[in-house]
Amino acid sequence: MSTISAGSPPVNRSARTRRVLLALYLLLPACLLLALSSGAVMLNAGDILAGLVATLGGGDANQATVIIGQIRLPRALLGALVGAVLASTGAATQGLFRNPLADPSLIGVTAGASLGASLAIVTAGGAISGYLGFSLVSLGAFLGGLLTVAMVYRLAQSGSGTSVATMLLAGIAVTALAGSVGSLLEYHASNDMLRRISLWRMGGLDGANYPRLLIAGIVGGAVLLALPRYAAALNAMLLGESEARHLGIDVDRIKWGLIIWVAVGVGASVALAGTIAFVGLVVPHIVRLLIGPDHRSLIPACALAGACLLLLADTLARTVMAPSELPVGVVTALIGVPFFISLLRRRYQYGMQ
Amino acid sequence: MMDTLLSLRAACAAPWGRALLQDINLQLAPGQVLGILGPNGAGKTSLLNLLCGATPLTAGEMLLGNRPIADWSIRQRACAQAVLPQQSSLNFPYTVEEVVLLGRTPHATGSSVDREVLAATLEATDTCALRQRLYTQLSGGERQRVQLARVFAQVWRAQDAPLRLLLLDEPTAALDLSHQKLIMESARRLASQGSAVVMVLHDFNLAARYTDLCLVLEQGRQQALGSAQEIFTQEMFREVFRVEVTVNTHPALDIPLVIQ
Repeated sequence: MSTISAGSPPVNRSARTRRVLLALYLLLPACLLLALSSGAVMLNAGDILAGLVATLGGGDANQATVIIGQIRLPRALLGALVGAVLASTGAATQGLFRNPLADPSLIGVTAGASLGASLAIVTAGGAISGYLGFSLVSLGAFLGGLLTVAMVYRLAQSGSGTSVATMLLAGIAVTALAGSVGSLLEYHASNDMLRRISLWRMGGLDGANYPRLLIAGIVGGAVLLALPRYAAALNAMLLGESEARHLGIDVDRIKWGLIIWVAVGVGASVALAGTIAFVGLVVPHIVRLLIGPDHRSLIPACALAGACLLLLADTLARTVMAPSELPVGVVTALIGVPFFISLLRRRYQYGMQ
Repeated sequence: MMDTLLSLRAACAAPWGRALLQDINLQLAPGQVLGILGPNGAGKTSLLNLLCGATPLTAGEMLLGNRPIADWSIRQRACAQAVLPQQSSLNFPYTVEEVVLLGRTPHATGSSVDREVLAATLEATDTCALRQRLYTQLSGGERQRVQLARVFAQVWRAQDAPLRLLLLDEPTAALDLSHQKLIMESARRLASQGSAVVMVLHDFNLAARYTDLCLVLEQGRQQALGSAQEIFTQEMFREVFRVEVTVNTHPALDIPLVIQ
């Protein structure tokens, strides 16, 4: 047992939590403005305002208002929603598994969604073009994600309830299975399909439009409203499952509910924006270092921070090599991985064990 | 006040098919402190698990406040009963305050009441100085006291539940002498306010000093039940624990003193 009691500083959390939440509330509109103004064409505040007014149905249309209304605004809002959903479901997953290094992909949802998308791309073949094609791929991804999670959950069920440890192992197994079936599909796919699959996998917000934003708004909004209701239960579950039961938490019902919301949220995110790595892992981790593991503030703070991070990453993806774009999933991974490694190496300093 | 808070009649538990506990008979009144004693593997923790609902009853009867145990909802039980497990797997950096306040989860009593309970239980476990430190950075004995403060907080107030039962698995295992005394006295104080306390103990002299009743288990069966004075005999130690001891009387108090 490591005993470093004498040296560790006291923590005054409630004041710090308020400051961090306030900062995030201010940061989000700033990130949104940055996302709207940057890109191949730089726009100033006046252009953005005119664009927003035009989008709402007033003012004159010009190049700037079209860029804002038709391209950047839906993309930024979609990015913010997806980031918020990925980060808050990540926080919930880490609490559920009592492991600060867990991530929604552990329960198979990302792998299943990838397989679903690949399947849609390969089976639809040449017919897959334009709007209908994209919706088909998204639908495939969403269903694939949900089905894999259902499978993982079934595998982890036994007479005495659902074991999160078994769920983790079942998640690894099902992820591997989905991966190999995906490889099999790719092996038989044409060059064109291969490219589509691999691009889709890298994740991107470039397909953003209002119908998709509407879907993201409904699903994401539901997830973001539902997760905070599990905060007190998640707090108790960090003590251990039997301890949570002794505190009056119906642990199996909570697990089931959380798994469903995580699967729906991540499934929808992957369906709309591809796989975006590390937001669900890194954001809750950073936020927990700042404000501690109390899910009543952790979940909203993660939603805000995830939205900011994805907006910034997408802005970078659009601007570093403008006019061409990088897939945003590549950018989040490129930022996230080194950051995560540095966290791993220093986690003892933050009281993580 | 009811006369029996917890009652077991011919209770058996066999969570994995094999009988871990057989024919346990026990009555516990509000205000009583029960010690569970026995050699390693005798079923002490199994009995605690049966009492707290973690393992189901396979035969016999178990009543909590004159109601069959199955009639209690998870939430009702959590308001009435707190459980300290032998080990805690908490590895998230909660502050000590946050951990203790988790004990208030089942009660919707509002933050000002919760703050009062927090202050009182920190006092009762000598953890006031740790209140803003991170749980993950505490020593084993400090963690144990924080977990004790958490379970005390859950059953601290008489008005939160119709009855109160505190179940502690080796509450003093990691504690130094002065903190053992403090924790035992705090548990006794809860008992004097109407709660019943059940604790698994290994130290016979602590049991003699702080319990009203002792239950000795051997291979899942109840070998003796009574006050320490009645059941701490040389024969009992020889038969159950396979050890020769001297049983004297405490020089200052009228309780047995077990010397190995």
